[in-house]
Amino acid sequence: MRLVLIGLAAGFFSALLGVGGGVVIVPLLLLFCGFEARSATATSLAAIGITAVSGVIAYAIHGDVNVGYAALVGLPAASSVGFATALQQRLRTRTVELLFAGFMLAIAVWLFLK
Amino acid sequence: MNYALAIVLGLVAGVLAGMFGIGGGTLFVPTLILLGLSQHEAIGTSLLAIVPTVIVGTWRQSRYGNVRWRAAAVLGVVAAIAAQGGVALAEALPASTLRRLFAVLLVLVAIQIVLRGRTSAPSPDAE
Repeated sequence: MRLVLIGLAAGFFSALLGVGGGVVIVPLLLLFCGFEARSATATSLAAIGITAVSGVIAYAIHGDVNVGYAALVGLPAASSVGFATALQQRLRTRTVELLFAGFMLAIAVWLFLK
Repeated sequence: MNYALAIVLGLVAGVLAGMFGIGGGTLFVPTLILLGLSQHEAIGTSLLAIVPTVIVGTWRQSRYGNVRWRAAAVLGVVAAIAAQGGVALAEALPASTLRRLFAVLLVLVAIQIVLRGRTSAPSPDAE
């Protein structure tokens, strides 16, 4: 039942904002379903695939999907994700986390001012 | 120049996805806006760009035995249905509202990454 509620929230925000939904799924699995961090991350990734396909179909009907640009950013990401998964098994780098967090905040400021 | 930047940000998005379980969309959307897509096009295109990333990510994680398949199936199917509601709302909202909502999301993600690093100590169990 908790999984159903998490899925509802994740699917809605994922499609609304164009993100995978892991932002919603991972913390909720950790908090409410007793998942360990790595299995929450991995299970979230698997669920996101199905969600994204559903969103893509609906946006494509509205003419809002650009396949060329999707490949331009999506294929490099697909090539680096495996490397990062391997890295995640070995280390937890506080520096990397803080760098990413700072990067996100910078983009948020840019989007607000745009 | 922007294309090169897009590829670099794509690589960074993959690292983010692999390490934090975020599909990469948090970086895809701003990158696509930078390339000149509208907010709605950036969202739709980001969701497509996520697909290859999560396929590779899931495959790698499943080799480590980290994926709980039944939970993933329940989450995925319910989320796929709820996604239709999300798209309908996005198409009804103006781009500026979506952009601000997205900025708020990024702040939440940043906080989440920092907090998660603090609360969950490195777990040696590789299961």
